[in-house]
Amino acid sequence: MNTTFALAGVVIKELYRRKDFYVLFVLSALLTLVSGAASFFHDRNIIGYIKDICLLLIWISALIIAVVTTARQIPAEREARTIFPLLAKPVSRWQLIVGKFLGCWLATGLALLVFYVFFAVLVGTRDGHWPLGIYLEAAWMQWLMLAIVIAMVLLGSIHFAAPSSTTTICVSVVVGILILGGHLRQLALLQPEPVQTLLSAVYFLMPHLEWYDLRDFVVYESGIVGGGPLLLASLYAAVWVAIFLILAWLGFRRKSLNT
Amino acid sequence: MKASPPVILFALVVLMFTLALQLDTSFTVARRTEQPKDVMGAVFGEGRKLFAEQSFTMADVYFHSGYYPSVFDQGAQAQKEIITASHGQKETEEDEKKEDFMGRPRDWVDAFGRHFKITQHTHLEGHQEREILPWLRLSASLNPHKIDTYTVGAYFLWEHLNRPDQAEIFLREGLRNNPDSYEILFELGRLYRDVEHDADHACNLFELGIKKFQAASASQQKEDHVAGEKLVVNLAYLEEKIGNYESALKWFEVACALSPFPDEMRKEMALIREKQAAAKKVQ
Repeated sequence: MNTTFALAGVVIKELYRRKDFYVLFVLSALLTLVSGAASFFHDRNIIGYIKDICLLLIWISALIIAVVTTARQIPAEREARTIFPLLAKPVSRWQLIVGKFLGCWLATGLALLVFYVFFAVLVGTRDGHWPLGIYLEAAWMQWLMLAIVIAMVLLGSIHFAAPSSTTTICVSVVVGILILGGHLRQLALLQPEPVQTLLSAVYFLMPHLEWYDLRDFVVYESGIVGGGPLLLASLYAAVWVAIFLILAWLGFRRKSLNT
Repeated sequence: MKASPPVILFALVVLMFTLALQLDTSFTVARRTEQPKDVMGAVFGEGRKLFAEQSFTMADVYFHSGYYPSVFDQGAQAQKEIITASHGQKETEEDEKKEDFMGRPRDWVDAFGRHFKITQHTHLEGHQEREILPWLRLSASLNPHKIDTYTVGAYFLWEHLNRPDQAEIFLREGLRNNPDSYEILFELGRLYRDVEHDADHACNLFELGIKKFQAASASQQKEDHVAGEKLVVNLAYLEEKIGNYESALKWFEVACALSPFPDEMRKEMALIREKQAAAKKVQ
């Protein structure tokens, strides 16, 4: 366990040494502040659009941080040949996979925390409301979604040729699921066979990342999500993470480490 | 005869130069006719209309507090409720049912996923309607020729947020961009009648609106007959209210041809004639 956490610590240090997070945070904050400075019909109490823009930027930034950070972990170790001394420590390949996952997930969690604190302070100072319950739920659900994404990218980084291709493919898949995930069955039912069965199978077998998007609850102040569904969604995410990590380990176990 | 490469090259350069001159002249003429006047126009070109429509839809999404059909759901093409509300139509139970686009869950994924979606049909109220304004402002900036943006924006500013001053500014902006819009003239007329209590100014605006409506094409008049009827009927009632009975009778006469309830109009005309006779007797 210590080995896994030691590996995770290295990844977290890497995140705050690199400029990705700072650039994305400053950009998101700047865009939000500029949009917040706009005045519409001299009404300073309008807040919904600022929440919308800020949350969208948080989602985009967090996704980029998670995917880019994860996609380069194992290829970079292989390219720099640091993977050999690492595995000779001894660190098992399973520990390496789990350590990298945990590091990326915790690092993304730290980034998310900073983003959501900025969001809460911005909205709270503007309209005087502090609905921390839904903010915590939204952040937790987004972090769970990112856990699935990170595990998926880790699996991709084992199989795809370069971090760039892993990043492109994984971002396309994630965005595709977020946009179409909930509607795939509707689309499937309109298709002729065998496309109908194929799309329906994809619908039931894919990770439903769209569940983890609680932005509407925050923007429209529609209360909070119950504890039961939240717990089940957390279990669902844990199962998908386990599936992706096991698949990544199975692929990595047989992989030649020479580049 | 065999042409040497330098000759072919020279011929191509001459051809390219001639074409460039010709195209530049055509483009200059086109640019003069459709020159973007603002940054949005310069950046997005004609594509801004698409974004304007999306922005207008976002206003409707906000009005429904996020309970809104996606392009994949039934009812996605229905009339936007911010428009029907601005036309003074109240929602019936039938409408409510139609807007239940979710229906019963199709499967366990759909059923469980609904815990994380807004599933209650509510409308913004208690001055929260202000949240739709940025989207309407953006829509107007992206497509200054979309009339609904101005009328809907003015309706919410005036009737829901009690900001008639801002409603007038927005309508005037709409009128500057669409000088032939009888819908905007109608809303301005209402504003002058009900807020400024300036009946003469309101009558002038309604009359101008009627002129613009009559100048529109036959197909547009047919499509927008409700707008024409509203202008004429409102003008007729206003003329009656300020005691211009002759003028009121004239406009009720026009309204008889436009209204689906001509008998009601005739009853009004009979009442006005009675009032007219009574007024003459007093004199």
